[in-house]
Order: sequence, then structure tokens, then C-alpha cells
Amino acid sequence: MADDLKEQKPAGKGVALIDGVLKEVKNLKDKALDDVQSLKKPQKTQLFKSIFRVTHDEKPRNRALGILSNVFLHLHPAKINRDAVAYNYTWGMGGITFYLFIVLTFTGVLLMFYYHPTKVQAFRDILYLEHDVPFGKLLRNMHRWAAHLMIITVWLHMFRVFLTGSYKKPREFNWMVGVILMLLTMLLSFTGYLLPDDQLGFWAVTVGTNMARATPLLGHEGPLGPELGMTAFNDVRFALLGGSIVDSNALLRAYIWHCIAIPLIAGIFMAVHFWRVRKDGGISGPAPVMLESEIKKPRRF
Amino acid sequence: MDWVQLWEITTLPDNVPIVLLILVIPFYTWYGLRQAFANDRLIDRLEADPEMAKTHHRKTQPWKPGWAREVQVWPYLLRMEFLVAIIVTFILMVWSITLDAPLEEPANPSLTMNPAKAPWYFLGLQEMLVYFDPWMAGVVLPTLILVGLMVIPYMDTNPLGNGYYTYKQRKFAIWAFFFGFIVLWLSMVVIGTFIRGPGWIWFWPGQTWDHNKLIFEANRDLPDMFGITSMLGKSLFGGAVVGLFALVTALGVHKLFTWNAFNRKIYNRMSLIQYVLLQFFLVTMMLLPAKMVARLIFRIKYVWVTPWFNI
Ligand code: HEM
Repeated sequence: MADDLKEQKPAGKGVALIDGVLKEVKNLKDKALDDVQSLKKPQKTQLFKSIFRVTHDEKPRNRALGILSNVFLHLHPAKINRDAVAYNYTWGMGGITFYLFIVLTFTGVLLMFYYHPTKVQAFRDILYLEHDVPFGKLLRNMHRWAAHLMIITVWLHMFRVFLTGSYKKPREFNWMVGVILMLLTMLLSFTGYLLPDDQLGFWAVTVGTNMARATPLLGHEGPLGPELGMTAFNDVRFALLGGSIVDSNALLRAYIWHCIAIPLIAGIFMAVHFWRVRKDGGISGPAPVMLESEIKKPRRF
Repeated sequence: MDWVQLWEITTLPDNVPIVLLILVIPFYTWYGLRQAFANDRLIDRLEADPEMAKTHHRKTQPWKPGWAREVQVWPYLLRMEFLVAIIVTFILMVWSITLDAPLEEPANPSLTMNPAKAPWYFLGLQEMLVYFDPWMAGVVLPTLILVGLMVIPYMDTNPLGNGYYTYKQRKFAIWAFFFGFIVLWLSMVVIGTFIRGPGWIWFWPGQTWDHNKLIFEANRDLPDMFGITSMLGKSLFGGAVVGLFALVTALGVHKLFTWNAFNRKIYNRMSLIQYVLLQFFLVTMMLLPAKMVARLIFRIKYVWVTPWFNI
């Protein structure tokens, strides 16, 4: 007995071990197969579900959820006027303007890596960008032309909004927000103009800020300015330039307005603008035409 | 004709966007008005046929009963946005590869650029400097332009044309906007770009810029032409002329604004404040063309001279 046992035990132990290992291997193989299977259906993985929260199949409900549960896309409603998706109503101008703003932010941040807002370095940095930085010239060109294009598209957007009467009730306020956005867009371009610190920017900004001398009440050459104690060293122009001439302080101020303050303010106004487009009932049209005979009496107080 | 110089101005990198603007504005004006006229024809038909007005879906776009009035944003809107983003990126890439951003000599306060021009989108303001003193052209008028734009929704009491293109139902509004935006603003930008040369002197397109040209313009003030010499006399006389101008313009605006029965109906909907605001902004807007004529044709510098300000 003792011998039998002695002989069998190691063998039994060995077989059981191998069996166990085989079982474990099969188990692992099954799991691996499962993983491979899951690669074929990525939408079923925990990773995918945790990121997207809804499956992306073609059910209307899931298409809607795909928009609503995404932080970037939820600016959109889930559904929209069937005629508003055609290009001819909005000309896509608001969207293009916003897209250009994003392009400008992106290229602008890249430019900031190479640019120092000082009289000694600014102009050299531009030369360096143009001649040594890989794709530096393309970067600068894209930033420049996107800025010009944005001015054009913002004007066209306003033109479209006017032609479709989209500023009428209930969108009056959003039109005002828009006018401020247009002003900010132009100020962004203008402050950027000085940054290369070349003759073009210097004289443009000199001409532009010279007008500020003549601000009524607040400029030292404006009507009633001197009477209020304005001099070249305390008026609005001085505040804009950080001095009485366009020099290093003006460069620094233009830089900070251009790269930080105005983009931030414009970003906030854009958030309000888009929010209000939604809250005012989405895009205004194309709406059914109204007839003269259907005008209601105006409400009087 | 100095074609070379005209070509040089046109192809100045920073001026290329204006060339784009000159092409794109007429295109979109046409594109918008075409839809406006199509809607106007529909409106005519609906007004002629009340039965049809009850059942018609009232758009020029096709529609059949049973069609959903709304479509899903994904994919119908998002794919358009994506496509547009690709096209814009492509255009921007090609533009940036083919045309370099300008870079002049380093800034040099002792070397004046002549002409020293603002970026093209501000040339409207710079051109206004010819006609008004800096406090008007550079501060007051730009502020009024912005405020004037902002109050448009509150002055326009016409409830028609909300959310669709139309010309017929909004003639006055559309003409006023076209006049301000295209005739005044954009043409000033074009004048500033293509016509103003060294010393901000008027050179016709194709006329060679002469850097030594000096014009001894015999610009006079209106009161001087009438032989008024005392400051008090000038102030009173100028004020009277400007007041008269405002009155006549306001009457003209009123005439246009109440041109037909429909316009009078809209006029009757306006509150006093709305009407006064409208008149104020339109009369102020007309100051510019009036002063342009006075300056360019009659060589008048100031109309109203006072010890504190001149207009
Ligand atoms: C940075 C500038 C701006 C951006 C990024 C922007 C963006 C947009 C976008 C994406 C829309 C949705 C519809 C469309 O694409 O047309 C929109 C609508 C609108 N925008 Fe702007 N916009 C800007 C400036 C302006 C300006 C200058 C105005 C007018 C003075 C304006 C007035 C409006 C109004 C009233 C709507 C609602 C239109 C409707 O419901 O049909 N926006 N904007």
C-alpha cells in the first residue's frame, strides 16, 4: 500500500498539474479569443462605452444621443429644420467664422512658442520664423490670412443675418452680442498688426492710436479734453500705448490684448452667442413666409 | 494708364483680401436677393389666392405631406459642417502656400511711411478723416456705427421677413442697410485702398503716384464764404446750417419711410422713441455723403466752426 501510494502519488500529482495547466491555458485562450472578438466589436468594450456612453448605430435615438451627450456637439440640437441644413440659407458664415477662430487660436499658440514681445527680439523672431523654423512661414501665413478671412466672413455673416431678418424677435439680443463679436474680431486683427514690429504695423498703429488723442473729454486734443486736464501723459491714448509713443510698452500691451485678453473675452461672447442661438429657438429659418394681412396689432403699454 | 502700379496695389499681399471682398460681396448680394425674389413671387401668389395660403407650406423649398419637418443633426448637418471645414482649410492652405504675409523693414519712428495706411478693414475710418476731424471720424462716428447697428432690432418694427429672405416686405430696411454697408462702408474701404496715394491725395486708379505732388487745396470754411468773421457769428451760422441739413434730411427720410400704405402701417407701429432713434441714426449716416460732396466738389473744409469743435 505504502509503495503503491508512493508510486502513484507523484504520477497523479503530475497529471493533475498538467490537467490544471491545460485547463488554465484553455481558459486563457478563451479569454484571449474573447478579447480578439471584442476587437471586432469595439463598441461593446468598456473603454468605448466609458468614453462615448452610447452606441453609434443607426437608430434615430442613438444618433440624437450621440449629439446630446458630447460636450462639443451638444451645441447643436438633436434635430433641425430640414431646410436649414442646405447651404443657401445661412451660407455657413457663422460656422466658418467660428472655425477660423479655432484655426487662429491653434496657429496663434504655435506662433507664441517663437515670439518674444520685446523691441529687441520681436522683429528677429519673425525673420527666424520665416527662414529657420520648419513650416514657420506657412504658420505665419496661415495665421495672417485666416485673420483677414475672418473679417470678411464676419461681415458676410452679419449681411446674411440682416437679409433674413434674423435679428427680429426674439433674437434682438443675440444681434447685439454679434455686433460686439464683430468689434472684437476687428480689434484682434488690429492688435496683431503691431506684433511683427515692422514699418507696416508701426505706422498703422500710430495712425490708429493718434485718433485716440482726439477722443472727446478723454483725449488731450479732443473737444473739452484739455479743459478736463488731459495731457499726452494721462489721456486714453497713453493708457492704450502705455506711453506717449508707440514703443516697447505698446508692443507688450498689444501682445497681451492680442494673445490673452481679447481672445478670452471673445470666447465668452461666443459662448453666449451660441447659447442664445439655441435658447432663441434654434436657427431662425427658413421659416414659412408671413403675409401682410397676418400682421398682428402691436402691443401697447 | 499706369497698369503696373494698379497691379502692384492690387497684388499687395494685404490688399488681396479686398479683391476677394469685391468679388464675394456682389456674389452673396445676388445669392441672397435671388432667394428674396423667389420668396416674393410666392408671397404674391399666396396673397392672390387665400385658399392656397391656408394649405401651402409657404416655402420655396420642396415639401410633400408626410415628410418630416425636421432632420437629424447627425448626419445631415454635421456632414455639411465637416465638408465646409475641409474646404475652408484647403482654401487657406493654398492661399498660405502661394502668398506670403508682408513684412516690411523694422519699425522706425524717424522714417515715415507715405502713405501710412491702416489695415484695409479700417480704411473706411481713415478715409473719414478727410471729411471730419479726428474726434468725429475716429471716435464719435465709429461709436455711432456700432451703437446704430446694435439698435437696429429695436427700431425695426416690421414683423414681416423674420427668418426668410424677402425684398418686397422690407424695402426700406434693405435699402438703408445696402446704403450704409455697401455704398458707404465698403466703397470707403475701396477708395482708401485703391485711390488714396502719398499724402492721402486722390489718385485715380491707374494714375501714377507722385510722391512730390502737393495740392494747395483752397479749402475754405462755409462761414468764410459768406463773409462771416466773428466767432459768435460762425458758431450760430454753422449751427443753423447743420440744423437745416438735419431737418431737410429728416423730412426726406420721413417721405421715403412713409412712401406707401404698407410703409405707413409700419410707421404707425413705431413708438416715438423708436422713430426719433431711427431719424437720428439715418440723419447722422447722411452726414458722411453730405460732407463728402461738400469737401470733394465744393472744397469746403468745415461747415460749423466753434471755439470747441469744428464739423
Ligand atoms: C466672431 C463672430 C461670430 C461668430 C463666431 C458667430 C457665429 C454664429 C453661428 C455659428 C451662428 C449659427 C447660424 C449661422 O451659422 O449663421 C450664428 C447665428 C447668429 N448670429 Fe452670429 N457669429 C458672429 C458674429 C455675429 C455678428 C457680427 C452678428 C450681427 C451683427 C451676429 C448675429 C447673429 C444672429 C442674430 C444669429 C441668429 C441667426 C438665425 O437664427 O438665423 N453674429 N452666429
